[in-house]
Amino acid sequence: MSAAIRIQQVSKCFGDVRALDGVDLEVQQGEFFGLLGPNGAGKTTLISALAGLVRADAGSLSVMGHDVQSDYRAARRHLGVVPQELVFDPFFTVRESLKIQSGYFGIGGNDAWIDEILENLGLTSKANANMRMLSGGMKRRVLVAQALVHRPPVIVLDEPTAGVDVELRQTLWAFIRRLNEAGHTIVLTTHYLEEAESLCGRIAMLQSGRVVALDTTARLLRRFSTHTLRLRSHGEMPVDLVRGAAQSGGWWSFPFDAFDEVEPLLARIRAAGCRIDDLEIGKPDLEEVFIRVMQGQTEAPVN
Amino acid sequence: MGNGFSTLLYKEVLRFWKVGSQTVAAPVLTSLLYLLIFSHVLEGHVKVHGIAYTAFLIPGLVMMSVLQNAFANSSSSLIQSKVTGNIVFVLLPPISYLEFFLAYVLASVVRGFVVGAGVLLATFWFSPLTFAEPLWILVFALMGGAILGSLGVIAGIWADKFDQLAAFQNFLIMPLTFLSGVFYSINSLPPFWQQVSHWNPVFYMIDGFRHGFFGVSDASPWLSLAVVGVCLAVLTIFTLNLLKRGYKLRA
Repeated sequence: MSAAIRIQQVSKCFGDVRALDGVDLEVQQGEFFGLLGPNGAGKTTLISALAGLVRADAGSLSVMGHDVQSDYRAARRHLGVVPQELVFDPFFTVRESLKIQSGYFGIGGNDAWIDEILENLGLTSKANANMRMLSGGMKRRVLVAQALVHRPPVIVLDEPTAGVDVELRQTLWAFIRRLNEAGHTIVLTTHYLEEAESLCGRIAMLQSGRVVALDTTARLLRRFSTHTLRLRSHGEMPVDLVRGAAQSGGWWSFPFDAFDEVEPLLARIRAAGCRIDDLEIGKPDLEEVFIRVMQGQTEAPVN
Repeated sequence: MGNGFSTLLYKEVLRFWKVGSQTVAAPVLTSLLYLLIFSHVLEGHVKVHGIAYTAFLIPGLVMMSVLQNAFANSSSSLIQSKVTGNIVFVLLPPISYLEFFLAYVLASVVRGFVVGAGVLLATFWFSPLTFAEPLWILVFALMGGAILGSLGVIAGIWADKFDQLAAFQNFLIMPLTFLSGVFYSINSLPPFWQQVSHWNPVFYMIDGFRHGFFGVSDASPWLSLAVVGVCLAVLTIFTLNLLKRGYKLRA
């Protein structure tokens, strides 16, 4: 079984800017994969290279085993891309746009599938509205629909939830999850890290055109982030505890690895005469992982 | 909508048809105004090749409309798609550069034909027209439309902004079409300007097209066919090469 996406040693320069610098990446069929990184890290360039919108200077890319240059027809038939920019063709209605997009892929009589997509994205009532008349969120839904008309086994979404309201996000993710469960490979870029954390089984982090982290979401969280005991108290905090902790806004944060560390910690605080006013336990979170990776730290701090 | 090519052709035709008042009716009206003004001034004073001036003018105006609208169609469609970003809808699917080229150029020819037919219908009752050798009419309209459609593809891809496209149109396409013998026979020009006109490929398109109506022309229609054919071949190769390299479309 060929990989859904295979990216080998891909480099791309725009003038003096090295947008991609020897990127290696493989996404297996059926994965829900996250591509994260700060603005300008090369995420969109990588997606564009995969979609044939940008030509790599070096290296090779393939979709379901089809090279995006030498076998571009098959590669593009297997790939659906939701572009980041909110683009639309003002001449056409929603349904016309989707029928035309189907035709570009050589698919006629696609109405049943188009109706299904419209239904799943909450667009049925807008099917005959002109694109110009739609709100930003609705246009975003049409962009997703356009990427799906040819039932691509690999779907790439480039920041699909940027500037989108809660309802659409939930509708969209429910639909994308169903597609993933039905066997579609999903690649997602987003700046909402909690989305990536809850959706993606595996994550790559890009920085300055390089892959700086690549692992399952669970392992990344374990390696780069810890559980945290957060509490608000009054009274003097023992000096040796303060050393391993961080304080902000009246809250103390104590990182820990195993839950059986919590009880002794609380006992020490109580023994020191501190009164605890409020307490919570924070889970490892991707934001922390992201920040640590981007700062070039390799592992979670040792307590 | 069987494949990428036919869908893109259909979409391009539908695009201009949906704004027909601007893309069809307006140019027909413009040509009609030219005809009214020039024929009012010159009818009865001027005969060209023994043909009454209004009758002489009509095929020129028809062909000028074909050419200008063929250029306008591909160039404006491409620049709009590029500026708004929806060009990705055409770049993401498995459409080859040859299909891309043919669809945009053929849609331009269709727009040129629709406007040209409109001008012909609107001006028909101003003067009796003959169709001496109709095959020439068809051949030159087709090839001229394809040449300007192809130029429109080049301009639409090259221009990054609307004003660059306007410059291309105002400083290249307009002078070439206006100074091509639409309104006069180049035999009436001083020798120097006659020579200059012979270097304008649009002259041969208009002259050959007009030959189809009256059976007489400034140049032999076979010479015009050769010139226009070479222009079409060169531009086709040039445009296909741009598209193949992905110039400004696939960075």
